[in-house]
Amino acid sequence: MSLLEIHGLTASVGDKPILRGINLTVNAGETHAAMGPNGSGKSTLAQVLAGNPAYEVTGGSITYKGQDLLEMDPEVRAQAGIFLAFQYPVEIPGVSNAYFLRAAYNEVRKARGEGEVDPLEFADIMEEKLALVDMDPGMLQRSVNTGFSGGEKKRNEILQLAVLEPSLAILDETDSGLDIDALRTVADGVNKLRDRNRSFVVVTHYQRLLNYIVPDFVHVLAGGRIVKSGGKELALALEEKGYDWLTEGEPVGVNA
Amino acid sequence: MTAEATIERVVTAATPFEDAFRALIEGDGAQAPAHIQSLRSAAFEAFRRLGFPTTKNEDWHFTSVAPIAEHDYLHITTQSGDVQRSALAPFLFGRSEWHTLVFVNGRYAPELSNTSGLPKGVTLLDLRRAWQEAPQLTEPLGRLTRHDDRAFSALNTAFMHDGAVLHVDRDVEVDMPIHLLFVTDAVAAKSMMHPRNLIVVGRHAKATVIESYVSLSDAVYFTNAVTEVSVAEGATLHHYKMQREGMRAFHVGTIEARQARDSHYISFSLSTGGSLTRTNIYTTLAGEGCGATLNGLYMLDGEQHCDHQTLIAHVQPNCFSRELYKGVLDGQSHGVFNGKVYVDPIAQKTDGKQTNNTLLLSDKAQIDTKPQLEIFADDVKCTHGATVGRLDEQALFYMKSRGVSRALARELLTYAFAADVLETIEQPSVREELERMTLRRFMTVADDR
Repeated sequence: MSLLEIHGLTASVGDKPILRGINLTVNAGETHAAMGPNGSGKSTLAQVLAGNPAYEVTGGSITYKGQDLLEMDPEVRAQAGIFLAFQYPVEIPGVSNAYFLRAAYNEVRKARGEGEVDPLEFADIMEEKLALVDMDPGMLQRSVNTGFSGGEKKRNEILQLAVLEPSLAILDETDSGLDIDALRTVADGVNKLRDRNRSFVVVTHYQRLLNYIVPDFVHVLAGGRIVKSGGKELALALEEKGYDWLTEGEPVGVNA
Repeated sequence: MTAEATIERVVTAATPFEDAFRALIEGDGAQAPAHIQSLRSAAFEAFRRLGFPTTKNEDWHFTSVAPIAEHDYLHITTQSGDVQRSALAPFLFGRSEWHTLVFVNGRYAPELSNTSGLPKGVTLLDLRRAWQEAPQLTEPLGRLTRHDDRAFSALNTAFMHDGAVLHVDRDVEVDMPIHLLFVTDAVAAKSMMHPRNLIVVGRHAKATVIESYVSLSDAVYFTNAVTEVSVAEGATLHHYKMQREGMRAFHVGTIEARQARDSHYISFSLSTGGSLTRTNIYTTLAGEGCGATLNGLYMLDGEQHCDHQTLIAHVQPNCFSRELYKGVLDGQSHGVFNGKVYVDPIAQKTDGKQTNNTLLLSDKAQIDTKPQLEIFADDVKCTHGATVGRLDEQALFYMKSRGVSRALARELLTYAFAADVLETIEQPSVREELERMTLRRFMTVADDR
């Protein structure tokens, strides 16, 4: 059984169809890259997997660990091991990062039938996780993402990924807005978290990220469909030739 | 004909209070000093003339006091109720050692109060003892506030009979908060209370006063409090008002402060109780170099109606004021915020900032917010603003995508909304208690959904 199976998935925002029939299978331990021009639907795919209510699924199916994912609320998906690293992490003034992370960690543990951890135990866990993403412990006392730089926000996403230890991590344009040093740090963190039981879907506009997070498969989206799939060398071809050679005759934008 | 009709209407409105007033001045109230007796009579005259305000009165535009006016109330003039010390524990911020005057159903309860260990230079008395033992301390009564155009203040002044008198001598810093705790029990049903407090903080002195209005019952009663405050030159007063009345109570509370030069007045108003409540907080920055901070939080549910009116009067140059009021409204509750910052023509270099933010948790909750600046000086820095919003759906989704349940996400976001105004509370025990109250309140709400 595959970890994730997507068949004929269509989704829209308001009246606007964005995904027009996505088929994708992800097995345990695989890293898939989803690339494509703006408006191709790659970020929508990420949001739909996490259950963002702003997107309406209009057809098709998603099976995760043999269960109907579309029937699950976002928090249930997270508790079942799905994690989305946001392109634009949300600022939550007034809620400390430490409190939020521990609340999330305990909710996920509860769902797995494990006991909650107290603040002291959690501090020990955090020490190791912070080192993984090279983050200053002071960040834990600040409000979630509030006043964080772009790099700090993305690092905070990877920290959450490290804490929640998902089975399927979706990185939505984690490279956007990062300089090369920040990109390396974030990618290093992700690479340390790769193992044969954890799968990744890496959504990106640029091939550059894939130099650091090397995928097993690359999919090119255009007009809400996967128009080409291949190995990591496909990403290099895209970097050289752009998207046009793949998308001719395909509707590129969502309104096409 | 018209004139007669008008007079008749006003007399009718005041009639229920006539008997109670007569009983007071002819009975127990006759012990008051002469100046208080004449003040009472003038105030009752004013109330007769004013009657209860209607929504045509600009200051009462969003709040109809008809529910208050349509009841008859008993005026309790003797000690009553059956309140044990242990029943007060939830209202003491975990600090039973604080200097506390307890009033039960409007009457001072010495057996529940604790005035031991007050520092030298601090006088804390109930009003009736003050005008027997230290009448000179009660002289400012009626001079720091006015009642000639305010019906509720007039009514309070007419019925003033009990309350707290606090006098802090110059240069005295009182470290421990002084708690004035007004509690009602079931005996308060259908009665009215008119607590009258006087707080005088001397030159370069410092004090923290908490005024709490709480209930052990869900009776219908009417609290109509007035607190007069004088903050002398260079003095500092932290003044907390905790309105946690019973859920069917009516509450009108007015605090009016007058600040001398270089003084600081820091006020926080919490409102969570009552069915119909109105809190007025007024301060006049009457000398140069003053600072005033007026913050508050109201959390409403059901059909509660809660109105805050504030006035910060800058009448001298080089003063600053900060105001932040936040509201969390659920159910069909109705909040009102009416805040005015007045800047006199001579009050140059005034630095004022006023903000009102409201979070609506339900479609039926309603807020009327009216921040106002009246600026007559030309070299000032004043801003004001108001926002009304709902819980941020993006933030809710973000939290849920980390496995946090909808209920907990909602609770955390609501708490977070209130957190920054709670953080301004300097007294740690008060701050922690209010943080706990806020969390508790929204945990319950969240679980209901």
